[in-house]
Amino acid sequence: MPPKGRIEVNEKYCKACGLCVEECPQEVIGLAANRINAKGYHPAELINAGCTGCGICAIVCPEAAIAVYREIAKVKEPGA
Amino acid sequence: MDMLGEETIVYERPATLTDLSSHYCPGCTHGIAHRLAAEVLDEMNFRERTIGVASVGCSVFAYNYFNFDFVQAPHGRAPAMATGVKRVLPDRIVFTYQGDGDLASIGMGEIVAAAARGENITVIFINNANYGMTGGQMAPTTLPGQVTTSSPTGRDIEVAGFPIRVSEMLSSLDGAAYVVRRSLHDPKNIRLAKKAIRAAFEVQARGLGFSMVELLSTCPTNWGMTPVDAIHWLETKMLPYYPVGDYKVGPAVAEIKI
Repeated sequence: MPPKGRIEVNEKYCKACGLCVEECPQEVIGLAANRINAKGYHPAELINAGCTGCGICAIVCPEAAIAVYREIAKVKEPGA
Repeated sequence: MDMLGEETIVYERPATLTDLSSHYCPGCTHGIAHRLAAEVLDEMNFRERTIGVASVGCSVFAYNYFNFDFVQAPHGRAPAMATGVKRVLPDRIVFTYQGDGDLASIGMGEIVAAAARGENITVIFINNANYGMTGGQMAPTTLPGQVTTSSPTGRDIEVAGFPIRVSEMLSSLDGAAYVVRRSLHDPKNIRLAKKAIRAAFEVQARGLGFSMVELLSTCPTNWGMTPVDAIHWLETKMLPYYPVGDYKVGPAVAEIKI
């Protein structure tokens, strides 16, 4: 099982440049089509399940708008 | 989205950035450069003793976005001002943040002299091949044939000469300890850029002399492209002319392990 992750986009900063959408290896980020933020941009958001919390969207984000979280994998019992 | 079980933070906004939304255009890689500098200063725990020197250009408002002291230099004179700040307050970490119109054009004298003196400052140099703030005019770094608002038929090298490769030029000076070029066009190169910025601040912290990191950057608005197209243009057009690499790594600098 790949690790599970999620992102939180701070919509105050997002300018919908789309670099995270372009670079996301899982292709699970999109621009929200039906809402805009205070500056009038369609902010980025997770549109599908499958985020692994790799953090590439945060690395390419020019606005430092993305926080990335990853679930801590359960350690298998020895001998299990 | 569903909340996860117990989770770990992979990435969050660095504390050295203020909570202001930047004035940069969507997709402008100035924001990435700001973020990398902030991350490095956080990691090195230098925030409380750092003084930045803002240049003239789009990066003139850098002082709004970093949560430490900043001064604003006249056009091109950031290395001279940083020299003064560093000599008066030698225990501080002093860096300039300059674009190519500022550093490579009007400020060429100051940057060459500061590097030649081996001034113990760090320079972050953003090369986006035009003057961003004033509307995309031709800069010393504009590529041959590149269309800008002041070269509407493309840069004519017969009239305007050839672009200047600043890193290569400064690397010939004995005073320069660490001069490298990096690019901000993909995750791998952004990581390498961060490492270079870290090395540059290490050089200054150890008093080894002048350090500069040149960052190839995009200017989607003035290039007339979408942010994603601008990234591809940087990769296909700028990288061949401005190869990334380490142009000067002094012997004492080479021993730094990061």
